[in-house]
Amino acid sequence: MSAEARVEPGAPVLAVEDLHLTYVTADGDVPALRGVSLEVRSGEVLGLAGESGCGKSSLASTVLRLQPASARVSGRVLVSGEDVLTLRWGALRAVRWAGASIVFQGALHSLDPVQRVGHQIEEPIALHEPGTSPAERRRRVAELLEQVGLPAARARAYPHQLSGGQRQRVMIAMALACRPDLVVADEPTTALDVMVQAQVLALLSELVRGSGVAMVLISHDLSVLGQMSDRVAVMYAGRVVEQGPASAVLGDARHPYAAALSGAFPRVGDPAARFAPSGLPGDPPDLRSLPPGCPFAPRCHRAAPTCAEAEPALLPLAVPSGPTSAAGPAGPAGPAGPRERLAACVRLEES
Amino acid sequence: MTSHPDGPVLEARGVSVRFRTRAGEARALDGADLRVRAGEIVALVGESGSGKTTLARTLVGVQRPTEGQVLLDGTPLPTRAKALAPFRRRVQMVLQDPAGALNPRHTVYDSVAEGLRLHGLSQGADGRGEEQQVADALSAAGLRPPEPLFLRYPHELSGGQRQRVLIAGALALSPQLLVADEPVSALDASIRGEVLALLLSLRETLGLGVLVVTHDLGLAWNVADRTAVMYLGRVVEEGPTEQVLTDPQHPYTQALLSVVPEVEGLAPQVLRGEVPDPTHVPAGCRFHPRCPALADGRAEAAGVAAACRGTALPVLPIAEDGAHRAACHLVTPPG
Repeated sequence: MSAEARVEPGAPVLAVEDLHLTYVTADGDVPALRGVSLEVRSGEVLGLAGESGCGKSSLASTVLRLQPASARVSGRVLVSGEDVLTLRWGALRAVRWAGASIVFQGALHSLDPVQRVGHQIEEPIALHEPGTSPAERRRRVAELLEQVGLPAARARAYPHQLSGGQRQRVMIAMALACRPDLVVADEPTTALDVMVQAQVLALLSELVRGSGVAMVLISHDLSVLGQMSDRVAVMYAGRVVEQGPASAVLGDARHPYAAALSGAFPRVGDPAARFAPSGLPGDPPDLRSLPPGCPFAPRCHRAAPTCAEAEPALLPLAVPSGPTSAAGPAGPAGPAGPRERLAACVRLEES
Repeated sequence: MTSHPDGPVLEARGVSVRFRTRAGEARALDGADLRVRAGEIVALVGESGSGKTTLARTLVGVQRPTEGQVLLDGTPLPTRAKALAPFRRRVQMVLQDPAGALNPRHTVYDSVAEGLRLHGLSQGADGRGEEQQVADALSAAGLRPPEPLFLRYPHELSGGQRQRVLIAGALALSPQLLVADEPVSALDASIRGEVLALLLSLRETLGLGVLVVTHDLGLAWNVADRTAVMYLGRVVEEGPTEQVLTDPQHPYTQALLSVVPEVEGLAPQVLRGEVPDPTHVPAGCRFHPRCPALADGRAEAAGVAAACRGTALPVLPIAEDGAHRAACHLVTPPG
């Protein structure tokens, strides 16, 4: 049940294909994900960026089928080749923790306050590998704690006895307990100080590079994503609006929303950012009543009348340097689609 | 940039705040000096537990110092709550987390008018009635036109609007100085820039002085004229933002900058551990157990290693000439 080589080398550990998720609420349907396609390979970090309510966390929970039972879902979520959305319960439980695990935001609220942290790390091991002896599980817990930079004796601590950084390390140890192929980290450092954030990020990237885990890293902080990710996808109103290599998306964002987002995090030492904070006026749209056409158009400084006509598709960008693909623009769900540099903006084709 | 040398000045001089805990006496603030002038934005940066929020609370008179003084225009803050009222009007605090700081059952109008009513200023000295004062404060905070917002409740507003309502509540009292604790940390990246632009424009149009407490060095670079770095209850480096952030002198500031993703080209020095417990402030330089310059032998080579371990540093005084200073034996060798 643990991570045997179910994944062929080079095959994606996670493949999300045209995923739609709609929450059914008393106030009407909320389309939180509207056709998202992504993939992550082993040893690779995909950064997911966007404002609150853009669908980042909805995507994270749908990867492990943790969305509310009332929500409507379509599309495919393949974890090591198995479609999580259609798995039977027993098989799904095997995927949770062992195939893929989540590091949730806010470690204080995700840990059980009345259980020792060692017990909490041990729990998924006991559940997934019932054959292991208690002594062996305790040894695994000690190893995991050391792997995340905590003394093994901290297994006896309760969450309130640990600092924020230490609690986040415990969450990471839990996520690694069953040696998953995929780790989804949802804002793992948001509540932490800069120095502790740097410690946790260094730990995460060591784990990914060292063990070949695939990771989806969710953050509203583009500078964190830039430091950690191989590729970055920027989401807006339930869709990916730009995606590509991290340095390209953050250093030279093409979609006006991605550009505004990366401009909001100044580089210290950049004279252009002194006394010139850059923001983005307006608020994200209400998902219940999306405007016609491009949902970003009402906030976009480049918007033209054509933007309100149809929602732009996520298309490959012409890369100025290097040979352009002979096949020409492929559809967004094309076989090589999710790995190219893509953007969803009609104004890019015009310029 | 546009500091008004004759305008009001808020100063902390040798301020200490000690709390008695079961583990012993915690020195949350251990002798901190800081000055904010009208028309100037000062960023106070540091990790959790560095004492930055305690210093901010002491500067607005919410926390009484155990030692040292807070002075407004050279006059020490009174200790009696009643006598503090006029001071509080001139120095207003803007809290972090606008979702939690606004009363969910108060309308925008009531939230902004509350301070005026508490201070008995509903009929303004300049003849403006309460409604006019609320409208002016909301406009100054960038909520224009203000009237449609009067009867809205916090849950009907966006995060950026809520933060502006909090700022309007502070502006209603026509303060000369604002102390803002993490004003944008709870906000989305896109709104962050708007709120920071508002702080800059308030400085320009009203000549306000602002102390921004933050852990975000990018924010300091965006808006602050001066930056003060705190570590374990003391200011360890202070000066013009350009100098502190591009030419840091203190090894702690250097390490902090090296790990911020917003800074490029520095080899990351990830310090081990966390800020020590304020009940056990290390002897000598308080940073020495984590100091990379002591660990890699730079302090030894400069002949100050013994001082780092054994000689306490004096409180970094307010620089009358606005110079860049750091409390470090390597920067100013003892003796």
